This record gives sequence, structure tokens and C-alpha cells, in this order.
Amino acid sequence: MPRIGVFVCQCGNNIASTVDTKKVAGEMSKLPGVVFTCDYKFMCSSPGQEMLKQAIKENKLDGVIVSACSPHMHEKTFRKASEAAGLNPYQCEITNIREQCSWVHHDKTRATGTVKSIDLTRMTIERLKRNKPLKKIKIPVRKKALVIGGGIAGIQAALDIAEGGRDVILVEKEPSIGGNMARLSETFPTMDCSQCILTPKMVEAELNERITLYTYSEVEKVDGYIGNFTVQIRRKSKYVDEDRCTGCGECIEKCPFKVESQFELNLTKRKVIYTPFPQSVPNVPVIDAPNCPKIQKDKCGACAIACGPKCIDFKMQDKIVTEEVGAIVVATGYQLMPNERFGEYGYGRIKDVISGMQFERLASSSGPTGGEIRRPSDGKVPQSVVFIQCVGSRDEKKGVSYCSKVCCMYTAKHTMLYSHKVHGGQAYVFYMDIRSGGKRYEEFVRKAIEHDNAMYLRGRVSRVYEKDGRVVVQGADTLSGSQVEIEADMVVLATAIVSREGADTLAQRLGIGYDKDKFYNEYHPKLRPVETVTAGIFLAGTCMGPMDIPESVAQGSAAASKVLALFSADEMAREPITSVVNRATCNACWDCLTACPYSAIERESVKDRQGNIVRWLAKVNEGVCQGCGVCVAACRSKSIDLRGYTDEQVYAAINAF
Amino acid sequence: MKMKLSNEDISSVRVRQIERISGEDVRKCYQCGNCSGGCPVSFEMEIPPSQVVRFLQLGRVDEVMAANSMWVCVGCLQCYSRCPKGVSVAAMLEALRQTVLRKGEDFEKIKDLPYPFLKKAPQQALVCGFRKFVS
Ligand SMILES: Cc1cc2nc3c(=O)[nH]c(=O)nc-3n(C[C@H](O)[C@H](O)[C@H](O)COP(=O)(O)OP(=O)(O)OC[C@H]3O[C@@H](n4cnc5c(N)ncnc54)[C@H](O)[C@@H]3O)c2cc1C
Ligand code: SF4
Ligand code: SF4
Ligand code: SF4
Ligand code: SF4
Repeated sequence: MPRIGVFVCQCGNNIASTVDTKKVAGEMSKLPGVVFTCDYKFMCSSPGQEMLKQAIKENKLDGVIVSACSPHMHEKTFRKASEAAGLNPYQCEITNIREQCSWVHHDKTRATGTVKSIDLTRMTIERLKRNKPLKKIKIPVRKKALVIGGGIAGIQAALDIAEGGRDVILVEKEPSIGGNMARLSETFPTMDCSQCILTPKMVEAELNERITLYTYSEVEKVDGYIGNFTVQIRRKSKYVDEDRCTGCGECIEKCPFKVESQFELNLTKRKVIYTPFPQSVPNVPVIDAPNCPKIQKDKCGACAIACGPKCIDFKMQDKIVTEEVGAIVVATGYQLMPNERFGEYGYGRIKDVISGMQFERLASSSGPTGGEIRRPSDGKVPQSVVFIQCVGSRDEKKGVSYCSKVCCMYTAKHTMLYSHKVHGGQAYVFYMDIRSGGKRYEEFVRKAIEHDNAMYLRGRVSRVYEKDGRVVVQGADTLSGSQVEIEADMVVLATAIVSREGADTLAQRLGIGYDKDKFYNEYHPKLRPVETVTAGIFLAGTCMGPMDIPESVAQGSAAASKVLALFSADEMAREPITSVVNRATCNACWDCLTACPYSAIERESVKDRQGNIVRWLAKVNEGVCQGCGVCVAACRSKSIDLRGYTDEQVYAAINAF
Repeated sequence: MKMKLSNEDISSVRVRQIERISGEDVRKCYQCGNCSGGCPVSFEMEIPPSQVVRFLQLGRVDEVMAANSMWVCVGCLQCYSRCPKGVSVAAMLEALRQTVLRKGEDFEKIKDLPYPFLKKAPQQALVCGFRKFVS
């Protein structure tokens, strides 16, 4: 006969206000096999846990049930306490009588909550009677990390992991690391120059012996599970031998062909063999193959002639490298909504309507104008500039529903940069709300208005058109209740921050979730902000949603600390709630293999003595299995069972209802 | 109404003059509306206190001049005492009145006021009224 103890928690008033916990305990004591029952105010408190331990010892219990809140909250707590009292932790089960029971009932007098609690607890008792002691699964951990995306978030994560003494591979799809931050001129709220604070970190990442940089590369395939991922990376051909290139730049100088520069957002041109910007890391040029006449039709080759160390190879092919890592940090960042989507603002049609990021390039000393604010159409210094906020953001009909979070701040920054660079110039800002939450952010915006004289107008702009070489902006100022018309020299659009093109494909490759806007989902938005539902894969930066540099950096460090914690032991313990295949009855129909959302099912061959394959069987990879139970439902021959939730246990629970 | 806004409006000389007389900086106001909320006579004003400041920010002095707001203001300083930015609309309204009064056009002499009126009016109204209309 089993010796079971039942502990009913009152959870202060959370449970006790609608459930008669004393009655639940009393009813349970009448059941066969139950030798101890009680109810208590807070089972999770130290005295509560002590009570549990003592009862196990004194009554020689071989199984306990805590009827309390969701197992998500305190299953761990009670299993630990049971283990401390000498019980196998998986002989402790939780009945949830709070979230789906006491909280959804209204009053105690009708006793509906009490009846339901009694039913639920009785069901758990029957399930518990058929429990088998389980042991945590140990899996080895490969102590090397992969960081995808070399923006500020990814760089920070890589540096911190390396600092913690672990090897890191940093994969960046562009020819240089740095990401969007490399484009910025100065940064709010302290106005330090972006390059000056970013490039030291880029160089540090290049020089750190523990960091392997794979630029111009992309992750093609990811297999395996936490502690044991196998990753295939495509290293796109740069047509330049990275090891021998000295970065002298002769090739770039001699290349006779120019195309639009993506880094400069088409504000200027670059050569066909190029580095995106002067401080690129690594400082190795790449050939833009589709635009290179030598590669396309064997004409030119000027760069190869100019190159001293002869490191240009027009026949170079992409390479696939395979890496084994224990953890992955995804930091693939953001892009901006194409302004072309907003015809009423004239982007693409009117030359002097530019994006906020293009303004950053105009204001940057390494940008196309050397830091002078000159408008694209005729190179004149604009005497009045209208900035339009929330372009595409907070626009359910044509754009995205969310707030892009950084544009209020960078627009204020733009007005300051403009007023410092163009004396007597007037900045106008159309806004809906000014969102300046953050340390010293509100003060920053007020400074733009009170000190640098930016004229803020509360309203959206409805139309932008060209008239006699000027850009006419028609909007509203709801504060004075008037329609406003401004004849400006240039217009800057604060366009919405959106997820990267292809963000969904990468997520599918990694097996992580994303939301309706294709931003990656964190495990828990408050309490597990840099983890994903897939163990061993972490997130950092704007691939999760709009955020500024301080937040991206903090997340990079947070993800790194998660990786280092994972790497701190040689093996990691996992919950043993996984499925097992009955080898006697499995007939290898592979229904489970197609059903498993985590690709945890493998094909196993059974061989005879001569080594001939005589049979195939499904096999569960315990490192990958998340215990979801989908395979159990899919298996036609009933050959798979889930530990802790076997068919026998579940049927017993149902019969007890 | 439709308003054309240009660099000249933002740097309006007339607004600068009102700022000089009042000692206030119109840019400091962030349009929270507290002054209009607390002003005991704002319901009588054609343009409520916060909007007077908004119009000055936009360089629209003529509209402020044409409105009754500055004359309706009783000078109680409620707006100033509550303003989270420390802006005194009262001082701006006083400056607006000064610009009119200093021209000496629309001038009232105390001795010309009818005696029965002076006798009936409450003390506070007289003090505030004399200050407003006669200086
Ligand atoms: C106009 C403008 C001005 C701004 N000004 C400021 C400011 O003044 N202060 C401030 O704090 N913030 C500012 N921001 C916000 C700032 O740009 C971001 O917070 C920051 O750059 C985010 O960094 P990140 O690493 O998350 O993303 P990113 O900078 O986007 O980096 C992501 C990196 O991942 C790479 N990548 C993408 N996909 C893959 C893939 N599949 N494989 C490999 N690599 C990949 C990309 O090439 C890129 O290098 C501004 C933003 C804008 C738009
Ligand atoms: S000329 Fe040769 S060594 Fe110099 S930057 Fe170009 S590829 Fe590198
Ligand atoms: S940060 Fe400001 S400008 Fe950007 S979407 Fe949000 S409210 Fe609009
Ligand atoms: S001083 Fe004038 S504007 Fe200010 S609250 Fe009093 S009456 Fe209103
Ligand atoms: S209370 Fe002050 S800040 Fe608020 S609207 Fe009035 S003057 Fe402006």
C-alpha cells in the first residue's frame, strides 16, 4: 500500500476565499493509500516547506501531493523540499487548484471551487500512485558559443563570453561588423560620437583570441540541442584572401567602377571592390560580384594588378564550415521600413525628403558630406528642416501598430545636431506624443526645445509636396487647433523600425518563435527576457523589438551571462519528463518523427551479428525532447509513452474523476 | 484655421519683446494645460492661458492681442503657482497689457469712473483693475 501525503495550500486568501481547504484535506484523508493530510496558509513559505519535510520523514511517505498554484510557480520548490527529506523528487506532484480553480470561482458558499479541488486532487493521487522514480538527465555541454549578428548587441555578447574565458564564433552577414550603430553620427542622450565608442569594441572583438570572426557569412543550418549544436555556416566568397590582405586599399583606389553605396543609404557611390566604411573590421575589401565586370564577363581585373601581395582571386568559391557549439546568441538587429511605402511624404519622388538614418549619414563626419548638413538635390545648406515623427509607426492601416521607441529621441538629437551645425537654421518637428522614457531622456528633449530652439508641433503630417524648389509640408498643430503649412528646404522622416528581412526564415532554422511583426519572442517578457523557448538559444538587441543602444548592450551582456552560466558545468541536468519508445512494438511508421515539433525523434537501426540492418526503430533524443507529448498522440501502435504522464497514469487519473 | 509657419514666426521680434518685458521664456512651456485648468476666469477667456503661450510660441501675437484674455485675467497668479515648469502666464499677460497701455491709447482715468460703480465694486476688483488698466 502506498503512503501518500496531501498538503492543501490556502495561498493566503487566493485559494481559501473560494475553496474550503480544510474540507479538501479531510476528504482526501478518506482515500486508500493517503496517510497524511493537512491544509496550511502558505505551503511555499519556509515553515510550509519544513512541514512537508517533517511529514515525509515522520510518516515515511513515499509520495506527496501539494494542491496549490500552477506547477510553473512552485513545482521546483516542493520537489526540492521532498528530495531534501529523502524522497525521489518526481514522487512529488502538484495539483493546480488556484489558476484554473479558485481564481475562476466566485464564492465559497456555493462550494463549486471546493468540489473541483477535491476532484483534481483525487485525480492527481491516482496518477501519483503509478509514478516511477525518475532521475535527471545529464547531457554534456560543449563550451563554445555562436553569436549571430555583429551589431552592438552581438559584439557585446561575444566580448563578454570571451572575457568569461570561453571561445566564441561571431557570424556577420555584411563585410564588416558594427551593424546600424556604425552609421550613426552622435548618440543620445550623451551625444558621444558613435564611431568613437563603437570602433574600440569592434577592434577588441577582432583582436580577442577567443573570438573567431566570420564576416560576409550566414548560418545555413542548425542541428542538435542545448549544449550540443552543430551549425553550418556559409562563408560567402570575398574574392580576397583574408589572411594575406594587408588592407592597403590599393585595389579600391584602382577599381574604375562605382555603384550606389548601401552603407551610405544611396547618398553616395562606392567602388565595386570595397569596404563598407573606413573603420571596417576586418579591414579587408570584398568584391561585389554581381557588379564586377571581371567576374561577370572577364573584363577589367584592375584591382588584381594593383594588389601587392596578390591576394585577389576571381575564382574564389563560397565555403561551408561546420562548427560545434553549446549555445547560440541571436543578435540580428533591425532594419527600417522602406519610406517608399509613404507616398504622401514624397520619399523617392522629392529628393530633399530623406530618412532619419540618411540624416545620420549627413551629420556624420565620415559621411558623404563630411558632416555638413547639405540637402541632396542641390547641395545647399537647408535653412529650415521639418522632421516628421512616427512615420509608419503607430499606424495600423499602412504601417506597424507599435511605437518604434527610439525615433522621438533621435529626432530631438537631429534637431540639436542641425542647430549646432547650421546657425540660424530652424528645425520643426511634427509629433504625436514625445516618448522620452529613460535616464536623462526627458531632459534631453527639453534641451532641444528650450536651448536649441526646435519648434515642436503636435500633429501628424498629411501631405508633402514640392513647390518652387522648396518642400511644402502640410500638417496640424492640435495645441493651437490649426492647420499648419511650412515651406521647408528639407524633410526628414523618422521611419519605423521593423524586423530584418528573412528574420522568419532564420527563426525557423533555429526553432525559435516570433511575433506578428517577425520580432523574436523571449521566453517570458518580464522574467526571462533574453531566453527563448528553445533551450540554449538566447536573444539580444533589436531582433526582439525596437530598443536603443544602452538596452541592446545590456541585453548582449545578459545573454552572455546566461551562456557563461550554462558553460560553468561540464554537464547539465535536464528534466526527465521525456518520451520513451517501446522497442518491442514500434513498427517504424515514422508518424512520431513527422509530428515532433522539436525534431527529437531519430531513426535507429537494429543490426544482426553480420551487421545487416534487420529493423528500424524510432529513438528519442533526450537532450532535445521537451516532453510535449505530441508523439504519444501520433503513434498508432501506442509504442511511445511520456515519463511522468504515461497512458496508464493518465487513464487512472481520468477514471478517478 | 490655417497657419503658415516660417522661420520668422519662430524668431518673431514681437514675441521677444514680450519675453523681455515679462522675463519669461515661451519655449519653456510644454503645454500641459495646468494653467488653463486652474485659472478662475479661463472660461471667460477667448483664448485660455495655456493657449496664449502656444500662440506666442508660434509667433501669433496678433491673435493674442485681439483676444480678451489679457483683460479678463485677474492677476491672481494661480497659473504661476501651479505651473510645473515655473512659467508665469500672468507675467506674459501683464507684458501684453503693457504693450497696449504703453501706447497710451485706450487709457482710463480713475477719476473719470462713475462714483456709484467704484462704491459697488469689491476691493479686490478695484486693486486688480486699477493695476491692470491704469499703469
Ligand atoms: C536613425 C536612427 C538613429 C539612432 N540613434 C540612436 C542614438 O543616438 N542612441 C541610441 O542609443 N540608439 C540610437 N538608435 C538605435 C540603435 O541604432 C540601435 O539600438 C542599435 O543599433 C541596435 O543594435 P543591434 O546590435 O541590436 O542591431 P543592428 O545594429 O541592426 O545589428 C545587427 C547585425 O546583425 C547582422 N545580421 C542580420 N541578420 C544576420 C544574419 N542572418 N546572419 C548574420 N548576421 C546578420 C546585421 O548585418 C548587423 O550587423 C538609432 C536608430 C536609428 C534608426
Ligand atoms: S590591394 Fe590587395 S592587400 Fe591591398 S587592400 Fe586590396 S586586396 Fe588587400
Ligand atoms: S518613439 Fe516617438 S516618434 Fe517613434 S514611434 Fe514612438 S512616439 Fe512615434
Ligand atoms: S493670473 Fe490671470 S491667467 Fe493666471 S490664473 Fe490668475 S487670472 Fe488666470
Ligand atoms: S502650466 Fe505652465 S507648462 Fe503648463 S501649459 Fe501652463 S504655462 Fe505651460
